[in-house]
Amino acid sequence: MKTNQLPIRRRAYIATMKTIMWISALITCALIIGIIVYVFVKGIPFISWDLLSTSPTYIPHHIGILPDIMNTIYIVIASLVVMVPLGAGAAIYLEEYATNQKVVAVIEYAAETLSGIPSIIYGLVGMLFFCEFAGLRTSILAGALTLVIMNLPSIMRTTQESLKTVPQSYREGAFALGAGKWRVIRTVVLPGCVDGIITGCVLATGRILGESAALLFTAGFAHALNGFFQGLMSPGATLTVALYVYAKEQGEFGAAFAIAAILMVLTLGINSLAMWLENHFKKLREQGYPQEKSKE
Amino acid sequence: MNASDNHNNETIISTKDLCVWYDDFQALIDVSMEIPEKSITALIGPSGCGKSTFLRTLNRMNDLIDCAKTTGNVYYRGQDIFQSSMEVSELRRHIGMVFQKPNPFPMSVYDNIAYGPRTHGIKSRAKLDDIVERSLRNAAIWEEVRDKLRQNALGLSGGQQQRLCIARALAVQPDVLLMDEPTSALDPISTTKIEELILQLKENYTIIIVTHNMQQALRISDGTAFFLLGDLIEYGSTDVIFSTPSDKRTEDYITGRFG
Repeated sequence: MKTNQLPIRRRAYIATMKTIMWISALITCALIIGIIVYVFVKGIPFISWDLLSTSPTYIPHHIGILPDIMNTIYIVIASLVVMVPLGAGAAIYLEEYATNQKVVAVIEYAAETLSGIPSIIYGLVGMLFFCEFAGLRTSILAGALTLVIMNLPSIMRTTQESLKTVPQSYREGAFALGAGKWRVIRTVVLPGCVDGIITGCVLATGRILGESAALLFTAGFAHALNGFFQGLMSPGATLTVALYVYAKEQGEFGAAFAIAAILMVLTLGINSLAMWLENHFKKLREQGYPQEKSKE
Repeated sequence: MNASDNHNNETIISTKDLCVWYDDFQALIDVSMEIPEKSITALIGPSGCGKSTFLRTLNRMNDLIDCAKTTGNVYYRGQDIFQSSMEVSELRRHIGMVFQKPNPFPMSVYDNIAYGPRTHGIKSRAKLDDIVERSLRNAAIWEEVRDKLRQNALGLSGGQQQRLCIARALAVQPDVLLMDEPTSALDPISTTKIEELILQLKENYTIIIVTHNMQQALRISDGTAFFLLGDLIEYGSTDVIFSTPSDKRTEDYITGRFG
């Protein structure tokens, strides 16, 4: 009897399973690459300087997406400005100040749950609360605030995780020198986890770029070109919302695919930026925190 | 208990019926002890006997542990450190601490030493330069790092890092230095250097050191306290404890029969 060969049935079984896994992987890759190629092939011919640098007019088939680009930038800035201090502050409280572990667990559980809710529900709540109750009407600001609520849990969680990576011995060393809580956090804890916070921001930016459902309710569909502060108070479509409008309501598929291609490039760029920042800060940390200022 | 038979120094820290609990576990049981000024007191005992807990209670570092509860009194120069009028950051400025594992901040050597003085409001460059040099000299590491003041402290060797941490503690001009097994993570040569340093520091500072190394306690300390399961079993001058201990358990421990 041969001892170095498995029975034929087992060999056939192994080979079959391997083939099935291989086919699954192939289909997955083909789908992803297929979508990317399809979007670029359909979209790139329509990308032109004219498209990027003008507003839409009533001339048929003349479409410009500059207002949508600006609205997207406004909404990202407005969301981050509110979101980062709130989320990071909450995380610092939970990790550094809170003593009741049960309360912390409840808040963390609530945050996990919040981040699993479909975005259209945030849109509905945002519309009722920010647009109607708070009187912001349909505006970029209402949209941005809705996105803040949507992304707060994730900013809070990433900050918390990075606070946990700062060794306890640093805190002890600073406390033992008589430093107060806030000084310890500001000088020893935060410099050690700023990379985590920034990476969290970049990822949040990616999610804001991709969000449409919540904004359909709250930020509206206008394509008017405004300055930052006026823009905040006016309705406006972001790139993703504009994509929806052009494709679904105006049948302008060329413009829709052009926007899709731009969004894909942006997403790619943002993910690369997140990776680069992480490495960059890792290197910085090996060199030590920046020096405190002293008076001459 | 006190070990003042050997010295005429005044008591700087005393504890009375000090108990510490971690949740339901009692880590210290009615410890009363008087520690004389400008001397080296060694705390010995097997792991988990409460000696580190005792040390961490003296500058209220145990406040950082949520489940820790303390009863009894600790007096520093006659003042009850648990009184609400006691400012804990001031207490820790007077009673500094060096940890088991060297824990320099990931900053430059200079910033590590300047951290404490800056915390207590010193901003002038000239004053800080002065403090940094003096502290590093006192910790016998100036010659090794004088050209590396702007480099990251994490680049130093383990023994240098520990002496840097001692210098950092000295920079706020403390009265007492608490040392929690400061040489257990170091090689023999670094250990010798730190022991020599501790003996020098005795001139100006009161030192309380937790150690697992009997030889070290014998080499450097004036008084020795033996802890077992949260009890202070015996406390007296080091010579007496190591030659003619009065308690059987102390004798068993220092002769290596357990622990």
